[in-house]
Amino acid sequence: MFDNLKSRLNKTIRNLRGQGRLSEENIKATLKEVRVALLDADVALPVVTKFLGQVKDKALGTEVLESLKPGDMMIKIVKDELTKLLGHKHSELNLKARPPVVILVAGLQGAGKTTSVGKLARWLKESKKKSVLVTSTDIYRPAAIDQLETLAEQIGVSFYPSRTDQDPKLIADNAIDQARKSLTDVVIIDTAGRLHVDDDMMKEIKDLHKATNPVETLFVIDSMLGQDAANSAAAFAEALPLTGTILTKVDGDARGGAALSAVHMTEKPIKFMGTGEKTEALESFHPERIASRILGMGDLESLFEKAEKQIDKDKAKKLTSKLKSGQGFNYEDFRDQMAQMRKMGGMKDILGKLPNMPNLPSAATNQFGDNMLKQTDAIIGSMTPVERRNPQLLQNSTSRLKRIAGGAGVTPKDVKNLIRQFSQMQKMMKKFKGGKMKNMMGMLGSKLGGGMTKLPGMPSMAGGMPSQKNKKKKKKKRK
Amino acid sequence: MSWFRRKKKEVVTPDEKANQESSLQAKLEDKVEKPPEDKKQGVFARLKSGLKRTRSNLVGGLEAVFKGKKVIDDDLLEEIETRLLTADVGVEVTQQIIDDLTQQLQRKELASPEALLAALKDKLYKTLEPLESKLNYEDNKPYVLLVVGVNGSGKTTTIGKLAYQLKNSGKKVMLAAGDTFRAAAIDQLQRWGERNDIPVVAQKPGSDSAAVIYDAIQSAKSKGFDVLLADTAGRLHTQSHLMAELEKVVKVIKKVDPSAPHEVMLVLDSGIGQNALTQATQFQESVNVTGFTLTKLDGTAKGGIVFALANKLKLPIRFIGLGEKPDDLREFDAKAFVEALFSE
Repeated sequence: MFDNLKSRLNKTIRNLRGQGRLSEENIKATLKEVRVALLDADVALPVVTKFLGQVKDKALGTEVLESLKPGDMMIKIVKDELTKLLGHKHSELNLKARPPVVILVAGLQGAGKTTSVGKLARWLKESKKKSVLVTSTDIYRPAAIDQLETLAEQIGVSFYPSRTDQDPKLIADNAIDQARKSLTDVVIIDTAGRLHVDDDMMKEIKDLHKATNPVETLFVIDSMLGQDAANSAAAFAEALPLTGTILTKVDGDARGGAALSAVHMTEKPIKFMGTGEKTEALESFHPERIASRILGMGDLESLFEKAEKQIDKDKAKKLTSKLKSGQGFNYEDFRDQMAQMRKMGGMKDILGKLPNMPNLPSAATNQFGDNMLKQTDAIIGSMTPVERRNPQLLQNSTSRLKRIAGGAGVTPKDVKNLIRQFSQMQKMMKKFKGGKMKNMMGMLGSKLGGGMTKLPGMPSMAGGMPSQKNKKKKKKKRK
Repeated sequence: MSWFRRKKKEVVTPDEKANQESSLQAKLEDKVEKPPEDKKQGVFARLKSGLKRTRSNLVGGLEAVFKGKKVIDDDLLEEIETRLLTADVGVEVTQQIIDDLTQQLQRKELASPEALLAALKDKLYKTLEPLESKLNYEDNKPYVLLVVGVNGSGKTTTIGKLAYQLKNSGKKVMLAAGDTFRAAAIDQLQRWGERNDIPVVAQKPGSDSAAVIYDAIQSAKSKGFDVLLADTAGRLHTQSHLMAELEKVVKVIKKVDPSAPHEVMLVLDSGIGQNALTQATQFQESVNVTGFTLTKLDGTAKGGIVFALANKLKLPIRFIGLGEKPDDLREFDAKAFVEALFSE
């Protein structure tokens, strides 16, 4: 999400890195770049202005000028301020109240309220082991109530039915009543999307809030919103005592400045992010991580967490010992590596979380997306077991090549590309045998720590690259 | 003219910061303004009333900035910059506009604030004017209009409104419930159909979107319908499998009618930020978008991204959405759009 903002800041900060000491002049230049980056990232102008003021004050302090590594210091300041702006720490949902705990969800049209209600219900049910009842007070949009009913059914939580001729307040009251009677832990009330300038509708939700007295009042905001995010967030925060925000559609590639604007305007933490189409795609929001990502430090923490969970340690160990014993790296090993990567969310996800990667154009990362992994998988799947174990068989055989291409539904050229990439990897593996690469592979089996060299799945990266062209692009960017 | 450049390089001073904040305060207080009572108004009046609230939120309209100014000073240019940026026009386009204006000033072409305002309006109008291009439903029968966009941009609502208007203008309209993914999206379209007595071709949730639309086109063809509006599921342009699915929809449509879809309309929420450019580009690459619709312009969002879109993609804007009622979808009118941004 924050990819582009990240790359902008990275560029600026890299410029700073080249200089020995920070002067007031180059702080100014940096801040100007940061301003452009933040605006490009859709952070609302007033928020940008405030942020720059904070950073400037900090940066011009003696600590920076006396510091030996001004670039590092500057990154730290920007990151700290960004983290501060995004909210100090990740904030839990408040469920400590007499049940049924009421959660009210509000936002503009199309922000993703109903979907978020479904995701939240599922999260409460599965992660918090709560019984949940949901109800919709959206009596305006056609089939909004049906939408929530369908979601509730899918997730397996209770649904309190409502009709479009009912009063939202009455619906909510009845739903809470039913939850009380059925000893349900949490009631989530979905509301109609409304424009913050629509007085009647804003009054309606104020009344609804008064009547239901929710413990959590969550503002749902689309992460793709632009400058107006600040206006709507401010208006909703004024109308309702919000307790937090749900940031939606984070699986897109919007730079996500709306997140900063919303937090600044509501002065409440972002509690969740919606990260996909499915009802399980809801994650807690971690300001530190997001701030790191913005600054191109990568979201290593979550990558390692994921790796820890997903990597098949036995397989990794086996590969390590095999390489150590001098046996060659073959297509089966290659495929295992690909599978591991896919488990970790695919190439694009991994790349997005790596440090120093943000400069990759999104078109390039898209290309080594899951399609590429899939294609590679299909090609290897179309080889015979003998071929997989003996990669040299494929070196000079056009007929094998043709057969494999046909089986995988690709062109012989695609297969050739893969073979070329595979050979390069094989060479690399040989070269590093007993050296750096071995250590790297060793890390696969052992406990995963911080730092880029310890990254799991790295050796297979070359294999995931679709073509030489992309590779060149990447090299250039990383210089 | 170095004074302007110098000014621009400067980081905001604490005073300006305070100003920004107090204007935000003012914005908060201004917000409780009564929405103007709108019966049936012209596009301009409706747009204007919609945008009026926007302007009051942002300390008056752009025209207010010029009011009382005798000479062009750097504050004025700075203010224009701020307005453009807060309208989501984007850094690049804003910079371009300001640079152009600065050059005109250097050449002494603009003598007064009024002349500057006129030049600015003209520039904005000239950017949008080529995007005015109406759909021509007469060209094909059935005229197949495929609606695409990210989640929550307002696709189904736009189809509902458009169907109502087309029907009122005497066209035989059919709808295809191509959003088979989102819960109750089919019901939502069916409600619009029931309300306006328009047939809706639909299958079960989870069925193949391409198949639904294929059936609908064949049905529309055999029954002599004039227009087929096909809905699709909202999808983020980053989800390559969903984009591939959309490509398949188009491929399948072409099997029934190689000239179809006659319009691939990308629906954009006017509140969207700079990501609209990436979105539009990706949809364009996948399914060859032929026009935009800008929804939810009745709020405070200004949809300034259209200027950047105009520069980059040069695709027509077909409609703008100005409210919840079926009448609140209007054909895009560049003059009205620009005028409404400026007038009191």
